Amino acid sequence: MSLTRRLLGLAAAALLLSQLCACASIQPWVKPYERERLADPIMSFNPHPIDSAYMQHVFETRGASRGGDGATGGGCGCN
Amino acid sequence: MLNRFTRLGLLALTTVIFAATASAAGDAPAPAPAFSLPARGGATVDLSQFKGQVVMINFWASWCVPCRKEMPLLENIYKKYKPLGFTLIGVNVEPDQKDAESFLKQTPVSFPVLFDAKSKVSGLYNVQGMPTTVFIDRKGNVRLVHQSYVDGDENLYMDQIRTLIRE
Amino acid sequence: MQLKGWHAHPGRLLAPAILLAISALYCAPSRTDVLPEDEVDALGTHYSGGGQDINGISLLVRKKVGDHVSLTYNHLEDIVSGASIDVRTSGASPYREKRNQDGLSGEFLYGKTTYSIGATHSYEPDYRSNTANFGISQSMFGDLTTVSMTYRRTWNDVYKMLCVVHNDDLNYPCVEKIHDPAFGEKDMDERSYGVGLTQILTRNSIISANLEVITDQGWLSNPYREIMYANPGGGSGFGLAPEVDPSTRTSNAIGVDYKYYLFWKAALDVQYRFFTDTWGIRAHTAQLGYTQPWHNWTFDGTVRFYTQTHADFYSDLFASATQQNFESRNRELSAFNSYTIGAGAAYEFKMPYATWINKSTANFRFDHLIFDYHDFRDALLIDSAAGVPVGTEPLYSVQINVMQLFLSVYY
Repeated sequence: MSLTRRLLGLAAAALLLSQLCACASIQPWVKPYERERLADPIMSFNPHPIDSAYMQHVFETRGASRGGDGATGGGCGCN
Repeated sequence: MLNRFTRLGLLALTTVIFAATASAAGDAPAPAPAFSLPARGGATVDLSQFKGQVVMINFWASWCVPCRKEMPLLENIYKKYKPLGFTLIGVNVEPDQKDAESFLKQTPVSFPVLFDAKSKVSGLYNVQGMPTTVFIDRKGNVRLVHQSYVDGDENLYMDQIRTLIRE
Repeated sequence: MQLKGWHAHPGRLLAPAILLAISALYCAPSRTDVLPEDEVDALGTHYSGGGQDINGISLLVRKKVGDHVSLTYNHLEDIVSGASIDVRTSGASPYREKRNQDGLSGEFLYGKTTYSIGATHSYEPDYRSNTANFGISQSMFGDLTTVSMTYRRTWNDVYKMLCVVHNDDLNYPCVEKIHDPAFGEKDMDERSYGVGLTQILTRNSIISANLEVITDQGWLSNPYREIMYANPGGGSGFGLAPEVDPSTRTSNAIGVDYKYYLFWKAALDVQYRFFTDTWGIRAHTAQLGYTQPWHNWTFDGTVRFYTQTHADFYSDLFASATQQNFESRNRELSAFNSYTIGAGAAYEFKMPYATWINKSTANFRFDHLIFDYHDFRDALLIDSAAGVPVGTEPLYSVQINVMQLFLSVYY
């Protein structure tokens, strides 16, 4: 089985596990009132979407990779 | 591979539907856990000093957007129902009071704000989300726990307060 | 190397993902999420390097409508001027071209689920692109986990510009261009399927994983890129012919992003992405980022390393024009390494006399990109007479500078 298939299997298993657990009353290990650091804007994955969309577009038009990083770019770009 | 996942997916789906439809039995009102915490200004506030009044405890933090949004509305509720034997207690859950103080400077409130820096009371009240609002009746029992805040929840709060005041 | 199995049938990924998403919707216990804040952003960009200058502006407006809906409108314009190495190799003249893009999207928050829907239209004289996207995101498990699913469909119309009026005295000699009737209009369709999982690990750390499968079909070649083939009889020693890419392509990308809060109030960001496709390309992306707030300022720095292998049908020099069915000399499909170092600074301030504005930030960012090609040569340095016959010219390498300046206003 290729690496990507294995990873997909792992991801699906993790998702399934979270589904089964979500309805049981397992206590979250980080309490809602302990989230002050995670709520800090410096911990945001994408604090400036307008800026990251531009850089993502630059990298996509200058290489073959695309996808797997969230926000979308658009258009053909440059020749 | 598709078959294996479809089977697992269907199993998960059935399990969660069962779990979701299984209803929890209604619980008899439980006494609100006692606590005493430092308040803004330095004094110590104890829950027992409000026995006989309707108490609304609001757990909040300055980093929580809906908490900040409902703060002015809570101030209005406090001013409106205080003469009728009601008190509102804000419990700030942050380990450091600096951000809370700076928020309260911009959005001042007149109801007591207590600091639960060590999350003792949050744990005691099993706070599941931010904000959490707890309604306690005149006998000291917890009657309703409300999570989060969306526009319009202040009406829900006022209905609950009116019901408890009339008892 | 052809990847078999579900790579060729990405629909197989969709079915289990949909099942999981549906079961997520039935089992949602926790609090509501929050819609993004209202904001207006204005961005100016400047890209220069490799013989090209690209200046861009972008405007974004986001506004909540009622309690459950947030709408976003984005308009951007790019002006590309100059000539890249590919343009110069083919003998075409420097040019100047404008691209416009408009997008509208909405987020709908209903209880525990966020639905997003959007459409984008991009237009430049030789490329028209329309995109529709849809996404669902669900938080669960005490809000520690967020599961999301996205679908994006793109319709592209590709043209080739033909210069009909020249004026060699000008900087940009082509005065008038039309769509080349010999090329006509070619279609290209793209479908993207994404699954994402974000998980809070500790009070200080959070991790996100995204899997995206993208399939393309239709005209996938670049109308202007040409292959080079050995032509010993000819004067220069080589000939040029249009590239021919396959008419289908399926790619898979899996990316991971980990953020860690450092106790002195700073954030560390570690990203990795693995990419592979049916054209034989394998790529790795690794990025390290650091964010440091200080009073009203926020500073951040990133270093990024990227490496890719070449497509199966790629070659810098073919033995003949018809050596293979599919041939490309497109440097974006070649084997190369890319290194990027970037830094940014943001300053938060209060806009005077405007009490309806909560917060404003002015942001500047600079990135320096280096591309080192392993099997793409600088064809402009071919000179049989000077002892640099075709196939021996130096490998190409280019450095790019990107600058961004933007203002964000939260109201």
